Amino acid sequence: MTPPLIQIENVWKEFGDQIVLERLSLSIAPRSFVALVGPSGCGKTTFLRMLLGEEAPTKGRILLDGKPLQPEPGPDRGVVFQRYSVFPHLTVLGNVMLGLDLKGAPRIGRLFGARRRAAADLARALIAEVGLAGDEGKYPAQLSGGMQQRLALAQALITRPRVLLLDEPFGALDPGIRAGMHELMQRLWHETDLTVVMVTHDLSEAFTLACRVLVFERLRDRAAEKHRYGAVLAQDMAVWPPRIAGQPTPPKRSQAA
Amino acid sequence: MNANDKLLPSLATMADTVARMAFSADPRTGEVQLWVDTSASLFRLLTGLGIAAALTLLIGLVVGMLPVARAALAPVIDVVSMVPPLALLPILFITLGLGEVSKITLIVIGVMPVMVRDLAGRVLELPREQIVKAQTLGASSWQVAIRVVLPQALPRLITSFRLQLGPAWLFLIAAEAISAEAGLGYRIFLVRRFLAMDVIFPYVVWITFLAVVMSWGLERLRARAFPWVELGQ
Ligand SMILES: Nc1ncnc2c1ncn2[C@@H]1O[C@H](COP(=O)(O)OP(=O)(O)OP(=O)(O)O)[C@@H](O)[C@H]1O
Ligand SMILES: [Mg+2]
Repeated sequence: MTPPLIQIENVWKEFGDQIVLERLSLSIAPRSFVALVGPSGCGKTTFLRMLLGEEAPTKGRILLDGKPLQPEPGPDRGVVFQRYSVFPHLTVLGNVMLGLDLKGAPRIGRLFGARRRAAADLARALIAEVGLAGDEGKYPAQLSGGMQQRLALAQALITRPRVLLLDEPFGALDPGIRAGMHELMQRLWHETDLTVVMVTHDLSEAFTLACRVLVFERLRDRAAEKHRYGAVLAQDMAVWPPRIAGQPTPPKRSQAA
Repeated sequence: MNANDKLLPSLATMADTVARMAFSADPRTGEVQLWVDTSASLFRLLTGLGIAAALTLLIGLVVGMLPVARAALAPVIDVVSMVPPLALLPILFITLGLGEVSKITLIVIGVMPVMVRDLAGRVLELPREQIVKAQTLGASSWQVAIRVVLPQALPRLITSFRLQLGPAWLFLIAAEAISAEAGLGYRIFLVRRFLAMDVIFPYVVWITFLAVVMSWGLERLRARAFPWVELGQ
């Protein structure tokens, strides 16, 4: 058995006297794709922000690779939000290159000369990979919502994060466009050394993409008890048949077509 | 004779005056009056606005990015912005003398609070997600400042510079009216004593023209340097 990549040990999260999450204990294996579902306001985003290091657990601890998580967002954990994931002032190429710029030039945050060309080549390959070849010079405002999320994925992946955190990344997209995004997401997960945790509202999306589905739920939801009890991990389901990273199964839909 | 003749000059008189002031050198000093006045005024105006913009960039980013600095500086800026700048003018003349420094300082003090608040507000309205996103790409605080915040604040600074041209001209002319050796405002208030509308009118038109050209130029500069601003929304 491979040791878990992420270990969550009896984590509680409270905001003031409101308990949002309680008694969370689980571990996430490397290369898994975990989907997180639950009713609105149950703390899914809060959970993701704890994994990100943007929020600290009130109680308990989170380990990444057996070591306590860095208490700040860092390059080992990439993220794509529903909105505002890409920078409006950078072109498609600039957005994807940003991670390399920041890593290679601590002072000025920008690469030049041969190093810039090498970074641009890497970025262009990834841009093509997510289906945006030809749009390198465009600004995000010139892209559709789906293209912006493709860009956000490429941008997040260029620094090769161990974990990719997704907060309803396709939630704002039309259903038609979503299918294409799912295909891309599957491909990226199979081809990249990546562990994914994705929050979604859409149960079918969870089962389409993930190899494991977590359900957060507030067991006592009466008004009087709302503040004193947080949501717990109510269900933890393995998707059947098992979906294994690096072993893509042909998509069902193409067989039917 | 019509009494208005003295107040409203004929076009011919004005044309004569313009030719004298704008296109012929003073035989004594060899200087063209309008050019001397214009360069003196523009020097003060642009130096004042330039200093204000540089300080605004520094203070605006710090106030916008660092909650501690915001808590400390925001009340100070609020109070300073309430001081009527023209009421400070005598104090500036007394403490800094009648030269250029006091006039430039008046412009800086007059326009800066608005610019700082505007820029800090722009920084604050950047979505939190952008900052977190940059951190997940490995950005340090410094890198967040120069690659994420600064480029998105600059176009706003140019716009705010442009909008402060009006107030800056006001402060400049007020200061020149009181004490100067040259300047567009100085000239207007000098010849006012002789009711020389043939000078005042062309000067007002010229000042307006300068302001319009600067405003247009800044707008062009912003559109050229930051094409993405127009695309958003
Ligand atoms: N910074 C904060 N301060 C105070 N309360 C917060 C904070 N962040 C979240 N909360 C509260 O925590 C609860 C969970 O919020 P969260 O955003 O995690 O829910 P969610 O499951 O992501 O909901 P949705 O599906 O609508 O996105 C909410 O009641 C929210 O008001
Ligand atoms: Mg949420």
